[in-house]
Amino acid sequence: MSNASRIKFLYILMTITLLLVGFFQSWNVALTIFNLCLISSIMTLGINIQWGNAGIVNFGVMGFAALGGLANIIISMPPTQNAWKVGGEIIIIGLLVFTLSIIFSILLFKKSNLNNKIKYLISFAFIISGYFIMRLLVDAPIEKIEAIEPAKTGYLGGFNLPVLLSWPVGGLLAAFSAFIIGKISLGLRSDYLAIATLGISEIIIYFLKNEDWLSRGVKNVNGLPRPVPYEIELQSKEWVLKVSDNLNIPITELSSIIVKLSYSILFSVVLLIVLFLLEIAVKSPWGRMMRAIRDNEVSANAMGKNIKQRHLQVFIIGSAIVGLAGAMLTTLDGQFTPVSYQPLRYTFLIWIMVIVGGSGNNFGSIIGGFLIWFFWVQSEPFGLWFISQITTYISDTSIIKSHLLENAAHIRLMFMGMILLITLRFAPKGLIPEVKR
Amino acid sequence: METFFFDGEDITNLPPQQRVLKGMGFVPQTNNIFPSLTVQENLEMGAFIDQKNINEMLEYVYDLFPILKDKKNQDAGELSGGQRQQVAVGRALMTKPKLLMLDEPSAGVSPIIMESLFTKIKQIANQGTAVLMVEQNAKQALKISDLGFVLSQGKNLFTDSGNSLLANKEVRQAFLGG
Amino acid sequence: MDFLNGITLIANYIVIPGLTYGSQLALGALGITIIYSVLRFSNFAHGEFMSFGAMSSIILSWLFVSLGFTFYPFPTAIIVLPIAIVLTISYCIIIDKVIFKFYRKQNSKSVINLIVSIGVMFFTGGLIRFIVGPGDKNFFDGERFILKARTFKNITGLNEGLTLKTTQGITIILSVLLVILLFWFLNKTKTGKSMRAYSDNKELAMLSGINPEKVVLITWIITGTLACVAGTLYGLDKSYKPFTYLHLVLPIFSAAIVGGVGNPVGAIIGGFVIAFSELIITFAYKKIFFYFLPSNFVPEGLLQILSTDYKIAISFLMLVLVLLIKPTGIYKGKII
Repeated sequence: MSNASRIKFLYILMTITLLLVGFFQSWNVALTIFNLCLISSIMTLGINIQWGNAGIVNFGVMGFAALGGLANIIISMPPTQNAWKVGGEIIIIGLLVFTLSIIFSILLFKKSNLNNKIKYLISFAFIISGYFIMRLLVDAPIEKIEAIEPAKTGYLGGFNLPVLLSWPVGGLLAAFSAFIIGKISLGLRSDYLAIATLGISEIIIYFLKNEDWLSRGVKNVNGLPRPVPYEIELQSKEWVLKVSDNLNIPITELSSIIVKLSYSILFSVVLLIVLFLLEIAVKSPWGRMMRAIRDNEVSANAMGKNIKQRHLQVFIIGSAIVGLAGAMLTTLDGQFTPVSYQPLRYTFLIWIMVIVGGSGNNFGSIIGGFLIWFFWVQSEPFGLWFISQITTYISDTSIIKSHLLENAAHIRLMFMGMILLITLRFAPKGLIPEVKR
Repeated sequence: METFFFDGEDITNLPPQQRVLKGMGFVPQTNNIFPSLTVQENLEMGAFIDQKNINEMLEYVYDLFPILKDKKNQDAGELSGGQRQQVAVGRALMTKPKLLMLDEPSAGVSPIIMESLFTKIKQIANQGTAVLMVEQNAKQALKISDLGFVLSQGKNLFTDSGNSLLANKEVRQAFLGG
Repeated sequence: MDFLNGITLIANYIVIPGLTYGSQLALGALGITIIYSVLRFSNFAHGEFMSFGAMSSIILSWLFVSLGFTFYPFPTAIIVLPIAIVLTISYCIIIDKVIFKFYRKQNSKSVINLIVSIGVMFFTGGLIRFIVGPGDKNFFDGERFILKARTFKNITGLNEGLTLKTTQGITIILSVLLVILLFWFLNKTKTGKSMRAYSDNKELAMLSGINPEKVVLITWIITGTLACVAGTLYGLDKSYKPFTYLHLVLPIFSAAIVGGVGNPVGAIIGGFVIAFSELIITFAYKKIFFYFLPSNFVPEGLLQILSTDYKIAISFLMLVLVLLIKPTGIYKGKII
């Protein structure tokens, strides 16, 4: 099958599947899945541009997505007034001091021609003293801020701006940290890079989990503002009541469908914009050069291409897209919960989507995101069904049967592993392979 | 498809390991030692498939290259280029081969070292092991060769004893730089 | 007396836990390093292999206990360890034959193998949860302590107690034995030397008649053993939860990289470096100062460099630092 007909076939198949869920399960479920499919495929696009086009292994998806989530708090939550009075600024100053000490040591490292040992010693001393000065400055105000109504606030809060703004800001936040992370780790071999990005993303999560003054840590930030109307508001609108009557759908269900549909529209617009821009980028000379570097780093280097610079660019762009999607996800959830960020669900699942969809093909990434998310959601009930089928002939009172049924949900991890392994073995280029240009 | 015989036996389809067993020792041009193994372990690996003469051959190799005996517990990767070549040749000798094949043994070693390496190779040949060697340093190599072949563009142009080839005017002009 | 109290404090809160956790990390890192040096890829499934080993020990010890075989004061899990090791090795070998072998024959890039190992990680993780469930399991059933804090205080008359849990003692002793055995195997036996030769120079090893498939088999036997022991010890010491082993992969990778990937000595040192830096950086030094300084010099606060919440993050921080400053790790170069 040619790529075009593969795309047609798979996209139609996916649409039918979601429609079937709508008809047979419920439209609410179908739309919930659809929305998360959209977000997943945006994340997948971000990783695909890095892996598929430049061969960069970024296992930091989780961290960038969480930074996008953080943007929701910073942008949309109201500021905690007293927090700024008891020393919010001092925290910022403290962080600046530490940052400056790091920047200074980097400059020292790059510019001065002292011998290495002395350099290490001085920059080490600088960073350490920067750290302790920061601690001296921030420890007290942090304690005070976290003491302000800890059950409700206990953090700095945000800028009270429209929540939609947090999507681009989430992208920027991710882009900024990708710049730093890229500077640190892009020179490394691919598997070291994978481990390093995974490690750094864990550090980010630890930070968000424990710095209550910023993110409320494990207490979560609930009640993030929405870019779409609330169900309650809709239920009193006249047109909604009318549609409800005409279509004979209960009002509560209809209102929640409308909310989800509004999200779907917003997310689809973002997905289309991202896809459009990426397609342009991939077809441009910039994209060609990226693939040239991926396919033969030595000769690209010999031709005078600045590989490190290019890799940094694509690393930033891809991570920014992940950050954007992460921000959208948090907006959809309406809350920021640092503990929910798990590498299995974020980093590795997204990677399965990229590989299964087809590395290096944007349309493949989208279908990968859709299919795998669909499987991920549906394989839990499927696992249960599967186990109850194979245990039909075992007596209901048997311990083995109840044990198997109890753990059936975990079959989905096995499914995911098998999907990835089968793809790698029998269709290593994925469902929609890269187009040779 | 051509067929290759060694000692009257068809070896065309034999994997390298089997050829080693038949008595063909081979020293590749590069990557011809185990850098993080000690000198002695390198030699032991040479006799991996056929251990019956191991002690006798160890002694033989150490007699041939006394420096290796002094450094037998040192990692081979820490040795100088010439010593590494000795380890490589020693490793190939460990199975007591009937034929020792060397791919550019002088590549990357200094002229003085090369001189002594060639002396050793001659010594190996004199003690009854056939030596087949491909060399860029044709003059020195021909000096110690019983039989030389001048290969060019995939063809064998001249076959003669080493000294006669050295004396051959045509060979001198075209291949030995006058 | 203050001095002795201070020393006891350090021993109790840093030295003993550090040695225990360090041993567990070291065994894990050894497994990763050996796979890396022979098969040339970073095995993300190693944490799940450890989990598989721990699960095998748990199931076997349940079985033994239910049949009435217990070996007080030793925990049953240690007695069944050999059988669990065999199970883990078998699992590793089956996975290799069904999955990894294909990519080895294709000479796939190491990053492809890495992604394959993620598939194996998912599959194994799911399999384990399917078999024993995701919940917390405590399978320790022997004598809890070798040395109790109160006993120590009574004997020495110090204020500070020193505890040595049985699991800690077993971990340290077993790790030392296993490491000695491993090094003896690698350096003294013909098969061990051939394994090192293969990892050093694959082509020359094959030219010397070393059978690659045999080397791979031995590699998985060693890896399976290390994974099972490390996993069981970790589970015994902390309590077994399948979920935690996914998170253990990173500290283990950190240990392997900090020590220098491909070098067994490095893996061990890396394990201890990571374990001790976690403890030293998150230790509250207030009490130490209390014992070592005149009382009016003791500063206020807990005197922690980083809050204990960041304990595990420190291993990633160390990893990043090492990658920045010296990507080859403490022990440069490959030995195996």
